[in-house]
Amino acid sequence: MAQRSFDLEVTVIDEGLRSELSKSGIFTTTLESIYNWGRKNSVWPLQFGLACCAIEMIAASMARFDLARFGAEVFRPSPRQADLMIVAGTVTKKMAPQVVRLYNQMPEPKYVIAMGACAISGGPFKQGYNVLKGIDRYIPVDVHIPGCPPRPEALLHAFITLQQKIDKQVMSGPNRARHFDPDEPSEFPVPEFGERDLVPAKNPRLWRPPVVLREA
Amino acid sequence: MANDYSPNLFLAVFVFLALGFALTPLILSNLWSRFFSPAKPGQDKNAVYECGLESKGDAWIQFRSDYYLYAIIFLIFDVETIFLFPFATAFLDLSFGAFLAMMVFLLLLVEGLVWAWRKGVLTWR
Repeated sequence: MAQRSFDLEVTVIDEGLRSELSKSGIFTTTLESIYNWGRKNSVWPLQFGLACCAIEMIAASMARFDLARFGAEVFRPSPRQADLMIVAGTVTKKMAPQVVRLYNQMPEPKYVIAMGACAISGGPFKQGYNVLKGIDRYIPVDVHIPGCPPRPEALLHAFITLQQKIDKQVMSGPNRARHFDPDEPSEFPVPEFGERDLVPAKNPRLWRPPVVLREA
Repeated sequence: MANDYSPNLFLAVFVFLALGFALTPLILSNLWSRFFSPAKPGQDKNAVYECGLESKGDAWIQFRSDYYLYAIIFLIFDVETIFLFPFATAFLDLSFGAFLAMMVFLLLLVEGLVWAWRKGVLTWR
C-alpha cells in the first residue's frame, strides 16, 4: 500500500463571509463541523465499571438522569465498538494492565473520562500499596471528575465538557486531533507486574510528577 | 386502461432501500478512513480476544471423551420421554407390530440404562 500523506490542507471559510452569506439566506458549513457534530452526539461508552462510581454511572444512564439525551446511552460491551472509556472507580494495580489493554483495543478516535477521586488520583485509597494513583499515568485522560463518588450530574457535566472538546477538534494543522496525526500512537504500553510495583510505574510521555513549589 | 403494475415492485424498492440503509454508512466510513484517518493497527488492537486479558494457550482444546456417558444418560432419560408421551396417547389404537417396535426401542434404551447402572455411573461419588 502506498504511503499516503495525511497532512491535509483544509481551507477555512472567512468568518465575515460566512455571516454575510447567512444574512442573505445561504447556510455554509464545513466537513469538520459536520464530522464533529456527528461524533459528539453519538459517543458510545465502554460498558465498564470498576467500583462504586460505576453505580453512579449506571444511574446516569437510567431514566432519571438519562444519558441518552446526549446520544451516549449505547454502552458497548466490546472495546471495538466504543468511543469513550469511563474509568469509573478505583484502579487497582491488578486491574491497571487490563484497563490499558482495553483502551488500546478501542478504535480511534477514543476518549477517556476519569470518574471520581480514585480514578484521578487514587482517592481515599491513595496510600494503599495496591492502588494506582490515577489512571492518567498510563492513558491520556480527557476529562477528570472529582468527587467520591461524583453525582450523576457531575458525569453529565463531564460529558458536556467532552462534547465541547470534541466540537473544537480540528482536522488539519499542527493542532489537529490526535487521531488525525499518523505519528501519534494509538496504543500505550501495557504495564506488567514487577517485583514490587507495576513496571513501568508510569508513562513518562503522558504523566510527570507535579512540581511542588515551596516558599523559601 | 389496464392496471398493469406489479405488486412486487414495492418489495424490490424496499430491498433496495434496505440495502442502501445498510451499505451507505459502511461505504461512507470506509471512504472517510481512506482519505482522512490514518490507520493505526497495533498488537493489542489486532488481538482476537477483547476482554482486557491476554489469551493463553490454544483455542483447539480437546474435550474429555468421558462426556459420552452424559450423552447416553441424556438419551435414556430425556429423549425417551419425548417418545413415551405420544406412545402413551396412541397406545389403544396401535397395531401389534407398532407396539412390538416400540418395545424393542424401549428395551434398547433400558439395556443402556442397565449397562450404565452396572458401570456405576448413577452412584454419586
